[in-house]
Amino acid sequence: MDISFALTGKGYVLVAADTTAARSIIKMKSDEDKIKVLSPHLLMAFSGEPGDTVNFAEYVERNLRLYHIRHTYPLRPASAASWIRRSLAESLRSRSPYSVNLLLGGYDTATHTPELYWVDYLGTMTSVPFGAHGYGSYFALSLLDRYHDPEAGLEEGLAALRRCIDEVSKRLVVSPGKYKVKVVDKDGVREIEL
Amino acid sequence: MSIMQYNGGSVIAMVGKDCVAIASDLRLGNQSLGISSNFEKIFAMTERTYVGLPGLATDVTTLHEQLRYRLNMYTIKEERTMEPETFIHLVSSTLYEKRWGPYFIEPVLAGMQKTPSGAFRPFVASTDLIGCINFAKDFVVAGTASEKLFGVAEGLWEPDLEPEDLFETISQTLLNAVDRDAYSGWGAVVHVITKDKVVKRTLKGRMD
Repeated sequence: MDISFALTGKGYVLVAADTTAARSIIKMKSDEDKIKVLSPHLLMAFSGEPGDTVNFAEYVERNLRLYHIRHTYPLRPASAASWIRRSLAESLRSRSPYSVNLLLGGYDTATHTPELYWVDYLGTMTSVPFGAHGYGSYFALSLLDRYHDPEAGLEEGLAALRRCIDEVSKRLVVSPGKYKVKVVDKDGVREIEL
Repeated sequence: MSIMQYNGGSVIAMVGKDCVAIASDLRLGNQSLGISSNFEKIFAMTERTYVGLPGLATDVTTLHEQLRYRLNMYTIKEERTMEPETFIHLVSSTLYEKRWGPYFIEPVLAGMQKTPSGAFRPFVASTDLIGCINFAKDFVVAGTASEKLFGVAEGLWEPDLEPEDLFETISQTLLNAVDRDAYSGWGAVVHVITKDKVVKRTLKGRMD
């Protein structure tokens, strides 16, 4: 089961996802990147049905890239999130719906604000200060209720994220070993080693 | 569990003296797990028409976008704004269009209706998920706490409340009803609509 977390801080959004690719009870891979870079200031952590996830993520990636090429500027986070939500909502009532859950972290370069959207496979979307998907959400959401600070610097944000990961490792029976962490801020997207 | 209860949330609308009020909670959940305490379900459609869309959250957004589109097309073609009574019929036909695969939403509408004399009269209505309209003289409720809302509203509401008293009545009704419902709550928002202004207030509620 995939686990992903995301949280906002002062001028940045942190997105983390585990790196295991499993089939049934077998780990097939332990360095899978489940966070896609959609545009210079937009990240998307995806989880759900294997196969659907990568296919949908690439579909979104190529469409946002096409928008960027056609208009010379990328979609802003709120608009991108809206378009992605609609894709999922339309897919839900189609013959073969995607079952993909998302965390969209972006930095709006026009208003200079970090933005985070929680999206599920039904097409439910909401703007949140922090969010999580998978079994990790049962631990992370309550931890972040206590320790999240929207005005925290990057180091404090990473400390809060580490707490979530440590708690999952400690309490979850089938906990993943490794996580990939990416951050988006005014300078764009980069990967962080925990 | 029914799909109508999957995300939780409740809405209520009340008639007052030359005013109406509409209020909702702010919770978005996945069954018993709370996801967001800032999920608004009430949308301003025109200056004097507000609609609350409790139910499945994906359809809250989809239906809001759909209604906004149809309302905008009407406004452009007719070169006038839509009246609340017309709007509830638009809501009804939009929902009935999807009779055999419905949007899982039970809309609640509150607005000030223009009368032939040019005055305004309060108007509230609601529909079920396939668009059967309920025109009410006093109040309408919908969502996971609807049974509780009916009970409290039946006890607290009285005719011809002034805007300030109506605000107090609808706020107390909503807050006390959602405290008895696990799927609603986490804060609330209230809109009081009069003929020339709308006052929006955000309420603190129990966060458990």
